[in-house]
Amino acid sequence: MIDEVLERYEAVIGLEVHTHLRTNSKLFSPAPVRYGDAPNHDVHPIDLGMPGVLPVLNERVVDLAIRLGLATNSTVHTYSIFARKNYFYPDLPKGYQISQYEEPVVSDGWLDIDVAGETGELVRKRIGITRAHLEEDAGKSIHDTAVAGSHDSQLDYNRAGVPLLEIVSEPDLRSAAEAGAYLRVLRQMLRDLQVSEADMEKGQFRCDANVSIRPRGESEFGTRTELKNINSFRFVEEAIDAEIERQAELIDAGGAVQQATMAYDPGTGRTRVLRLKEDANDYRYFPDPDLIPLSIAPEQIEAVRATLPELAPARQARFEQEHGLSAGEAQQLVELRSLADLFESTLAVYSNARQLANWLLRDVLQTIKERECDLEETRLTPEALGGLLAMVDAGRVTARSARGLIPELVERGGDPEVLVRERDLEAVSDTGALEGIVDEVIAANAAIADKIRGGDEKPLNALMGQVMKKTQGKADPSEVRAILASRLRGA
Amino acid sequence: MSKISPEEVEYTARLARLSLSEEETAAMARDLDKILDYVAALQSLDTTGIEPTSHPIPVPTPLRADEAAEPLDPALALSNAPQTDGTAFVVPKVIGTGEES
Amino acid sequence: MDGLLDTVAGQRDALDQGDVSSRDLVQRSLDRARDTEGLGLVVGTRSEVALQEADAADARRRAGDGRGALDGVPVLIKDNMVQLGEPAQCASRILERFVSPYDGAMAERLGAAGAVIVGRTNMDEFAMGSSTENSIHGAAHNPWDRTRACGGSSGGAAGAVAASVVGAALGSDTGGSIRQPASFCGVTGIKPTYGRVSRWGLVAFASSLDQIGPFAHTARDCALILEAIAGHDRRDSTSLPEPSPSLASGLTGDVSGLVVGLPREYFELEGADPAVIASVREAVAELERAGAKVREVSLPHTKYGIAAYYLLATAEASSNLARYDGVRYGRRVPSDDLDSMYRNTRSEGFGAEVKRRIVLGTYVLSAGYYDAYYRKAQQVRTLLRRDFDEAFSECDVIATPTSPETAFVLGEKSSDPLKMYLSDVYTVTAPLAGIPGISLPCGDVGGLPVGLQLLGPPLGEATILRVADAYQRLTDHHDRRPGATS
Repeated sequence: MIDEVLERYEAVIGLEVHTHLRTNSKLFSPAPVRYGDAPNHDVHPIDLGMPGVLPVLNERVVDLAIRLGLATNSTVHTYSIFARKNYFYPDLPKGYQISQYEEPVVSDGWLDIDVAGETGELVRKRIGITRAHLEEDAGKSIHDTAVAGSHDSQLDYNRAGVPLLEIVSEPDLRSAAEAGAYLRVLRQMLRDLQVSEADMEKGQFRCDANVSIRPRGESEFGTRTELKNINSFRFVEEAIDAEIERQAELIDAGGAVQQATMAYDPGTGRTRVLRLKEDANDYRYFPDPDLIPLSIAPEQIEAVRATLPELAPARQARFEQEHGLSAGEAQQLVELRSLADLFESTLAVYSNARQLANWLLRDVLQTIKERECDLEETRLTPEALGGLLAMVDAGRVTARSARGLIPELVERGGDPEVLVRERDLEAVSDTGALEGIVDEVIAANAAIADKIRGGDEKPLNALMGQVMKKTQGKADPSEVRAILASRLRGA
Repeated sequence: MSKISPEEVEYTARLARLSLSEEETAAMARDLDKILDYVAALQSLDTTGIEPTSHPIPVPTPLRADEAAEPLDPALALSNAPQTDGTAFVVPKVIGTGEES
Repeated sequence: MDGLLDTVAGQRDALDQGDVSSRDLVQRSLDRARDTEGLGLVVGTRSEVALQEADAADARRRAGDGRGALDGVPVLIKDNMVQLGEPAQCASRILERFVSPYDGAMAERLGAAGAVIVGRTNMDEFAMGSSTENSIHGAAHNPWDRTRACGGSSGGAAGAVAASVVGAALGSDTGGSIRQPASFCGVTGIKPTYGRVSRWGLVAFASSLDQIGPFAHTARDCALILEAIAGHDRRDSTSLPEPSPSLASGLTGDVSGLVVGLPREYFELEGADPAVIASVREAVAELERAGAKVREVSLPHTKYGIAAYYLLATAEASSNLARYDGVRYGRRVPSDDLDSMYRNTRSEGFGAEVKRRIVLGTYVLSAGYYDAYYRKAQQVRTLLRRDFDEAFSECDVIATPTSPETAFVLGEKSSDPLKMYLSDVYTVTAPLAGIPGISLPCGDVGGLPVGLQLLGPPLGEATILRVADAYQRLTDHHDRRPGATS
């Protein structure tokens, strides 16, 4: 059990994320960046490593790297170098990858995550970002499973040359949950910055995890293993826990962890060694002589800084401070940018922030999840939402009735005033009329009424249900309960 | 004292995906030894504080506008393939998750 | 071939006067290529297309729509330069049957000028060599003495001009591969400033050293070709931002007041042929008589040039040649598993010299050796550049022999790689410093041509061409033609 293991050992986790940058063309070639095209339909001679071709840097990636660097409070280097990482693999068309080695474009930053502490409340933790650098993606190798007994692989170079930003965290993470939180925050940031779509299914956000453990209290790092290419958040956390457990078992049994590349098998829930790292790869890095070092003017960095949107962490803090939301509420709201946008625009016409947050997180979110639609594409306007909530606050419509209108407002829009009138949802607040209905129900259920008078509270709900039904849900439940109680016991 | 042994030659050749016969390895070790011996003269040259030159003539960082160009006709892309199934380049099966040394 | 039609200038005159058509010229080149087959200079021709292009040039000329000095003039490119739809083999087995799916800049620009590329010339495999003996097409034989080498790696191009196959041909120079064969074959050849000519479509050997340049009989013809191919290219990140320089119009013939520097280290070299040195000194004296001033300069780090060159060039080459793996193009040795396929393909596909340099280059970059070798060599590069900067503050051009010897006998050096490397001593420093250099014929020793090398400061092509042209107006070494024709 992971909890038991973590009592005795401390886990040390670092994450490397490779994210596809949002560009029209590739990092060093003008070929289009597209997904789902037939193999080798998006290639240029440069992407095939043809004799005589040369790389030229895509200017957009510089902006995107700067954005990510600034958002993570990193140093954006005004001088960085492209280096060749030399190794042989068929998906690598030149026999080397153009990357950055000793002098990356971004380094020494951080981002904050919120994770549940021991008592369940959220605790904020700062995770260091060692570096982020530009590099090109490799092509894809497809194993021909359609052809029985095939000994061949097929190579598709559509992805070869697509621009990547490799973001490396400090080994500051201490649990799978922290790792998951870091990835979520990073992914959201990349999307909000429009640096990457970060769609994991399209392979635009890939994660490798470096995991080691050490006995609690020790300061020396243990030997680490590398979990490669995990492409879902759930699997990342499972895999990390599985690897921590594996290493603990090994050490408990007197063995030693060996440096290795690991794979996670979701079926068995265990990690296994793919390849031992006895021979560290000799990549023979050297500065790429075909490319000029990247010089970034300080003015360009400032110009980009001015275009950055307010990012989720800052927005969350502002919601907490300005609107009195709890950390949990604020965090949930900012997770979906459009939801947070609706929150703010509705506040212009309706002032009860906590009430609004509640309705957004519960009813609106549920509706759009059920309908699997995009909030931006819905017809729910800030005026409609604010108006509806104002009606609830004034007791003109019950909360329950109002809830029932949300799906309609989302799908078809409309004015809540009109809808309430049309559907005859006006709350029954006339006390006299309510008392009359309560009396009718009591009279029709004499036996039950007697039981309640005798002290049995339980059947009260059944009577309540009948009253609500008679009022078509338009009465305020607490008022109904009060009248029933006074009628059954008071009078 | 030889500067490069046949074992080192073999290891280096493997890094470069070259197979050398025993004679070739021995001959190459001899040739490279002579060359490295000659090159050793560089060690006696004091280069403290001298910046290495990666690019002989400095130019400002050239950048390309992020506009997608028409890709290569796939038939042309495959036209030189030693083995192809008509849509992709075919090689003997690739084992592993990528990045072999 | 009629002597007047040997040169680009002569061909231009004849075309303009209607004495010949472009088709005639191209046909003569094709015939001449066939006649000199035994010399191993030309490795492939594109006759049908070339004749069509010639016809088009003729039509343009008749319509008064000519494209300039090179319109309809036949030329050759080196086997390491790609042209759409044409083979580019780099004299290597590993690029057998490779046909390029794109056009190199040099082919595009020659085409835009109307020049007709007739075919490709022989070279050392992947430009690695100084003799054009390391070639699957067989060695190139020097038209002056067919038992001797043309020099390398652009031996076929130099020889083809010498043998009057064409008036101009393109070569590439990394450590001297244009200038040294120019010197051995008695023709003029220029390596421009690094970045002057686009490398887009030049199969890379050593990326920070490679440059394309022309061979011709005269500096004037070289100027015409260089103007056509030089200038910024967005597809080459190392391309100089400047547009193509105007070169032909600066050939005034005037060298009065020009200061020619003679680097003492080059003239004191042990083992250099004294007759070669004497010939070069006489050439410098000629310039002096024409009004130039001569002074001694020093390039103190010259002796480290070869070492630095062979470390850097092989390191870059080992990486540049990793793409030849039998996966996407070229020759593949069918094998059961991937690793065997790589090893078999590359081992059978590359010749011995290429393998040697790949192993050396891989070694130089490998863990533990990078600082001692690669980084050190880059520092030497800085020192060599400073030497030249210092020297050019005292003179306008530097004059040296191109090679310490004349054309050696085929096979004489092939058993000793180091010996072969040492013959590059005068030519490796220019690419390391990125500066331009030209070699032109200045005499002969025992009937074999001697080359005078002029080096200029960065972007100094106009100056060295002017000096070369001035020299050629006063002398006639460049007018001599070899006897051997096959």
